[in-house]
Amino acid sequence: MSFIFSIIAVTALVGVALAGVALDLRYFMAVVLPYAALATFVLGVAYRVLKWSSAPVPFRIPTTCGQAKGLDWVKTNKIDNPCSTGAVLVRMFLEIFLFRSLFRNTRMEYREGGKVRYGSSKWLWLFGLLFHWSFLIVVLRHMRFFFEPVPGLIQAIEHADTFFEMGLPLPGPNGLEVSLPLLAQSGVILLAAATFLLLRRLVNSQVRYISLAADWFPLLLIIFIAKTGIIMRYVLKADVVAIKKLTMSLATFHPALPTEPISFMFYVHIVLVCTLLIYFPFSKLMHLGGVWLSPTRNLVNNSREVRHVNPWNPEVHFHTYSEYEDDFREQMIEAGIPVEKEA
Amino acid sequence: MATQTPKPQEILTTLGHQPPSENWMDTKPEFRPGMYCHPVKIASLEGMGGKYAREWAPAEPDWKLPADWKGIVKEGLKDRLNRFRSFQVFMDICVRCGACADKCHFFIGTGDPKNMPVLRAELIRSVYRGEFKTAGKILGKLAGGRKLTEEVIKEWFYYFFQCTECRRCSVFCPYGIDTAEITIIAREIINLLGLQIDWIGTPVNACYHIGNHLGLKPHTFKENIEYLLSDVEENVGITIEPTFNRKGAEILFVTPSGDVFADPGIFTCMGYLVLFEHLGLDYTWSTYASEGGNFGFFTNNETMKRLNYKMYAEAKRLGVKWILGGECGHMWRVVHQYMDTMNGPADHLEVPKNPLTGTVFNNAKSTKMVHVTEFTADCIKHNKLKLDPSRNDHYTVTWHDSCNTSRGMGFLEEPRYVLNAVCNNFYEMPDTTIREQTFCCGSGSGLNAGENMEQRMRGGLPRANAVRYVHEKHGVNLLGNICAIDRASLKPLMDYWVPEVAVAGLSELVANALIMEGENARSTNLRGEEINDLREEAGLEPIDFPDPDEEGAGEEGEE
Repeated sequence: MSFIFSIIAVTALVGVALAGVALDLRYFMAVVLPYAALATFVLGVAYRVLKWSSAPVPFRIPTTCGQAKGLDWVKTNKIDNPCSTGAVLVRMFLEIFLFRSLFRNTRMEYREGGKVRYGSSKWLWLFGLLFHWSFLIVVLRHMRFFFEPVPGLIQAIEHADTFFEMGLPLPGPNGLEVSLPLLAQSGVILLAAATFLLLRRLVNSQVRYISLAADWFPLLLIIFIAKTGIIMRYVLKADVVAIKKLTMSLATFHPALPTEPISFMFYVHIVLVCTLLIYFPFSKLMHLGGVWLSPTRNLVNNSREVRHVNPWNPEVHFHTYSEYEDDFREQMIEAGIPVEKEA
Repeated sequence: MATQTPKPQEILTTLGHQPPSENWMDTKPEFRPGMYCHPVKIASLEGMGGKYAREWAPAEPDWKLPADWKGIVKEGLKDRLNRFRSFQVFMDICVRCGACADKCHFFIGTGDPKNMPVLRAELIRSVYRGEFKTAGKILGKLAGGRKLTEEVIKEWFYYFFQCTECRRCSVFCPYGIDTAEITIIAREIINLLGLQIDWIGTPVNACYHIGNHLGLKPHTFKENIEYLLSDVEENVGITIEPTFNRKGAEILFVTPSGDVFADPGIFTCMGYLVLFEHLGLDYTWSTYASEGGNFGFFTNNETMKRLNYKMYAEAKRLGVKWILGGECGHMWRVVHQYMDTMNGPADHLEVPKNPLTGTVFNNAKSTKMVHVTEFTADCIKHNKLKLDPSRNDHYTVTWHDSCNTSRGMGFLEEPRYVLNAVCNNFYEMPDTTIREQTFCCGSGSGLNAGENMEQRMRGGLPRANAVRYVHEKHGVNLLGNICAIDRASLKPLMDYWVPEVAVAGLSELVANALIMEGENARSTNLRGEEINDLREEAGLEPIDFPDPDEEGAGEEGEE
């Protein structure tokens, strides 16, 4: 049900964008909405991260996934059981950029005769990684729309991304094959990986069971964003020069709609992207910020070596030794256990 | 126990992992005997200053919640969101990728979808959204939110006392979301309503007032150890005279009280006694700090602190230099990750130094507390122990990494080093079931009661399954470990799933192999079991044991 709701919601957003084009709300969609969305995104993310950061970390609770530093001659797993800040940084890098924990994933199989076995299962890791990295590259590639001249780094990313000319070869005149220009693989990979994640969520009964609208909606939204982007660029061949005029006007805070017409698909695309930006800080997508703050991953495992301070270490009552001795003095003396005060 | 635990085969043939068709918010737990623990006794709860102590029963419809229970829970939630960053972050960032789903031993053993770590956390997340978040308040179920109801409280009680805080899910989570942390906090909140299980509440009260979970009074504690010493005298042939509450000793030794109480923990305890005698260690026991474990860890952080206090306080009173800790899982999670923060700094102690090898334990520079296994490993490394590992040849051993020492400490190689030095036949279980991926015994975090035996046997199924694998492949007949709850709970678990395998703490195996000055023929192991290989070495006639597999015992002769 939450899946169907999410499809309806994303479809409705497309409908709203189309209605916006029909009603000539282009200025609102291409100028007002992007500014509002970006502001919501930046302020929202900052608010969430600051709120988390302001909560104390009372105990040092890293999940240790390897041998700790101990006796000198015992080989330590410095990364999975970090013994220094540097090691934590490496652990966090591997976690955030290469999804190290997910790489460990196994799949439990319950076999006939009551045997439980565990197989390697790297699909989620692989497609999760492809999804996130291609998304990042897509975002960086889009930065060309907000700079003039386009910085070298972004050009380099774009160049690398289009290196293979992944376009569908089409039969050209005189039997020559021509590729569609500059079809970036990141867009295609993003769409493919997001589709895999969606199908996994639908097909795997356990994952389907735990899925909420909050899981389907962003995934569908991103799939629609990728699709509208690809259609706009390669099927409808939207006027990129006009779009860049618009985006540069936004980037320079002199917003103006260009005089050249821009494909309606652009407006659909931009409405969906803005929805994602607005939705982001209020959703699970905040794992982007939260993963940096996870106390089981970002702390050094040295709590026996260096005292960790709890800012709210509670005042509590203790049962002191003298109270204890008062309760048992006679029996202790009788049993020959030394006491502080003779009876 | 009155409850009939189903036969292993019944569990195996009915076990499935397909979730039901109804939405999880529409299903309720069934309080079936064998699957939950008894509520705490009034006196135990009140003994610790707990509120709302009352007679109630989980299977009854009316739990007699305090009048303002909803306010208490909401306030409790809010308070903990403000005090624990972990809780706040873990409530917010789960993407429900499902990587954790089949990692939980309780999910594997019950097939109950709410035992998938992600869903266990959603039990509380849904209320967080439904009561505190705008989207959840307005959209309700659609936004994954639900209101706090009595049914929710019952569900929390059922499932947060069906999690052993083992942290296995946390190893696989891409954000490190730790269900143990969520369970710990959920239990704190449930406890606010006077809802607690007796297997936690009563040991906590006993530990606080008497000194240990078992409620052994000072003279009884001492007697129990003396009783073990008479066994040592018989089986090893040496007389040991340990001291109690002795001022001026160099080291205070603290171990879980289970070690002085029941088989097979008592053999581990004999192991410590023999080892320390072998080394001539200047140490003392304490009857006041006679508990290494800390069931307060399973109630709330304040109680954990109150129980843990005694270790440093007693070390100070006795004037020892440092503390040596016995084999225990959750004890070491508390000592390693909490003790110094709660009750430190222990400036009255010195940085631990092994008096025999001179090794300074810099890894324990601040807590001043050393694990007996790292201590033993250090002694072996420096050739301070005279060992004859062949005395353990009657065992084919596999190693169970305890959850807490593995995932809350990273104590993996030290026990293996010691094990390899004291026995000749050691086989690992499959990689996906050991070290940081180890499976819980199914009875941790205070769930090793008697009345929830089915729950425990189901929770321990993955562990037992891996033991069965090495038993069939290598003939493993002993499951080694460094945890008191393991020793207490793996024994019934093995009896149930793999009855050919016994359970032993590491120090027992160490002492079996120790060559003691003035020892007897050593024709038995520490348990007093006559072993023909040992008898032969001692020049004694072999004993004609009946073959347990054969009805007509004794026909197989001397094999």
